[in-house]
Amino acid sequence: MKLTMTSSLALLMSAGMALAGGHCAAGKTLNDDVLTIATGNPAYYPWVMDDAPESKAGFEAAVAYAVANRMGFEDAQVAWVRSSFDQAIQPGAKDFDFNLQQFSITPEREEIVDFSAPYYSAAMAVVTRQPVVDGGAEATLASLKGLLWGAHASTTAVPMLAEIVQPDRDPLLYGDNADVVEAMKANQIDAALMDLPTALFTAAVLMDDGVVLGQFPPERSENPDQFGLLMEEGNPLKECVDAAIADLAADGTLAAIEAEWLAEATGVPVID
Amino acid sequence: MTQTEIDSPDAKRPGLTRRQIYEAQVRRRSMAIAAGSTAAVLLALVVLIPLAPGWEGVKKSFFNADVFARTFPGLLEAFLLDVAIFAWSAPLIFLLGLCIALCRDARSPALYPLRLFGTLYTDIFRGVPVILVIYLIGFGIPGLGLPRPWNSPYIWGTVALVLTYAAYVAEVLRSGIESIHHSQRAAAASLGLGHSDTMRFVILPQAIRRVVPANMNLFVALQKDVALLSFIGPVEIFRQAGVYKSLLANFTPYVGAALIFLAVTVPATRYADYLMNKQARARS
Amino acid sequence: MATLDLKGVTKSFGRNTVCSGIDLTVGDGEMVCLIGASGSGKSTLLRCMNLLEPIDDGVILLDGVDISVPGLDPQPVRQRIGIVFQSFNLFPHMTAVENAMLAPRRVHKLTREALLPEITHLFERFGLADRMDHYPDQLSGGQQQRVAIVRALAMKPEIMLFDEITSALDPELVGEVLDVLRHLRRAGMTMVLATHEMGFARELADKVCFLDKGVILEEGPPEKLFTDPKEDRTRAFLARVL
Repeated sequence: MKLTMTSSLALLMSAGMALAGGHCAAGKTLNDDVLTIATGNPAYYPWVMDDAPESKAGFEAAVAYAVANRMGFEDAQVAWVRSSFDQAIQPGAKDFDFNLQQFSITPEREEIVDFSAPYYSAAMAVVTRQPVVDGGAEATLASLKGLLWGAHASTTAVPMLAEIVQPDRDPLLYGDNADVVEAMKANQIDAALMDLPTALFTAAVLMDDGVVLGQFPPERSENPDQFGLLMEEGNPLKECVDAAIADLAADGTLAAIEAEWLAEATGVPVID
Repeated sequence: MTQTEIDSPDAKRPGLTRRQIYEAQVRRRSMAIAAGSTAAVLLALVVLIPLAPGWEGVKKSFFNADVFARTFPGLLEAFLLDVAIFAWSAPLIFLLGLCIALCRDARSPALYPLRLFGTLYTDIFRGVPVILVIYLIGFGIPGLGLPRPWNSPYIWGTVALVLTYAAYVAEVLRSGIESIHHSQRAAAASLGLGHSDTMRFVILPQAIRRVVPANMNLFVALQKDVALLSFIGPVEIFRQAGVYKSLLANFTPYVGAALIFLAVTVPATRYADYLMNKQARARS
Repeated sequence: MATLDLKGVTKSFGRNTVCSGIDLTVGDGEMVCLIGASGSGKSTLLRCMNLLEPIDDGVILLDGVDISVPGLDPQPVRQRIGIVFQSFNLFPHMTAVENAMLAPRRVHKLTREALLPEITHLFERFGLADRMDHYPDQLSGGQQQRVAIVRALAMKPEIMLFDEITSALDPELVGEVLDVLRHLRRAGMTMVLATHEMGFARELADKVCFLDKGVILEEGPPEKLFTDPKEDRTRAFLARVL
């Protein structure tokens, strides 16, 4: 209750700022007075609920509107488009002002596109099946090394697997999360690495005998997986977006949104 | 043999005939025109493309020398998996294709079910996109609960490729079998050879030789389609390029992968064309 | 040694009757020549004799045994009756000696080593000793046809059928093939020839049959048929070809 009040207050404040006029984003957006935001096609739980970002339900949908409001846009001034990962990074003009679909910030990606300040630090989590746990798999690195691994090929799970887990056998990689789940069901892989919220959803909803075996918390990791808003390289909007995110972080709004949509994350054992 | 020696212009070098002089002129002129127009097109490409407003961006994303150098060795290593999958699939495809072709050639009424099976088989597997077969078999059959290692995506991905390509190879072989003149069957029969001996020693050796170029084209296509196995897990060159792409937010690894594919498929395609031309000349 | 008896042999392709009620006897060691215009049914009759074409009516007796029973396995019969075709029909992917060895190896289950002396002897006999390892496309037409004859003889047939075997040859190559036939004739082989070589038929045949529109219009010893034909159409045909 208290949390909801705080975030409502924050929204009110941002609306007040917008009314003051002459805001930072003026003339820098794709279309005047409209903030065009892209997300995945489809967008997944718990990032966007029911693939409907305009409902503001879901972590990333809520973040998107919070950022927009803080930058001085009314809810009605937000337009949504869809894009794939490849569309987001291909050269040429973008059809969005910013794009959020769990893009991890990496130095290499920064050379091609711009990222905002991070809006979320993701823990990486291990999803597996109950029979694998029954077979003796534990939340220790030594035990994890012996498993047959899978991952979504275009996520930072791939380098993290290689750096942190260093599995004995080469992991199998897939084009999307649904295929990772399918391979796990077919017993072709023992476990998959994915960000914690996705892992929780996958284990609980997409699988019958799914288990989140453990997590690598972001603060324990040397290069924590941080999500940023993706923008065209050199987009002048970046300073406005960064300012809005810094603001949202400072006044606790981001933490409140995270608590509302990603609250279940506690209670997953930490892997040593 | 002797004929070519007489026809060869070299044999008559000292005193060229009027026609030979004329043909040499025509040849020189057309080569000059071909060279000139090729150079003009290349020049236009080299000069005009960089003038496009987005060229800098495209260059950075697709033709990035740093990214190329960093990822090329990894791509080359991943390509070994493509080659391995190709190497164990190709003989299986040929054998199954041969069996299917023979099924379709079965003439006795008792073997009618075989013929029907052969026909249905080729219709179905030529009618479904390879990627669907790979998904359905690669995830579906292991999903039935096979124990390891029998649920491996390598095994079932290979099965999917073999099933699909065998349908094409079977059709090519069948066309080869049908292209052998019936007098060959008559000659074999008149010597008292049975149907299977006739097929094995007389018809097939000729038919298979005749369709080598067509089969080579199929196997070039197979070498490319091996990359589709990446959809069910194996990290071959296409998937490895995809990983690099997402890590580096750069498409250059795909260009690298394309170059590696071309290095293999272009010579193979050229060779198949050469064989095909040679055969066409031999038959005329 | 063997005899062949045809009684009322009839063969049609669709509505087109090619042989109609043919009676013919080929005695042991005899040489019978079939003559007549193209399309008169000579080739079809030969192909019927070794069951390459099933006959519609009539019977064919080999040594008195009916071999034209519908459904009979033709293979054992074909092993006893060899045939050589106008267009040679050698197997182009095999050398001459492999062509000759294939059927004895597969049908009689003999090894190459066991066959080699005998086959070599056949090649030598027909002047092909230095051509054994050549492929058909490295041989002249006359050589190819002689290899085809060797291939048929390698099965040790009791009767040989020759279907216009010199018609596809250049004139200067005809002689070498006819020499082979003379050779076989002297060796006492039972033979039936469809031929346009009237001189050869006249010289060697025991019996000449003139076919016209699918029937044997006239038959008899060559000196009689060639010098004193009874039928007008025989006379007209001979006037055209002689």
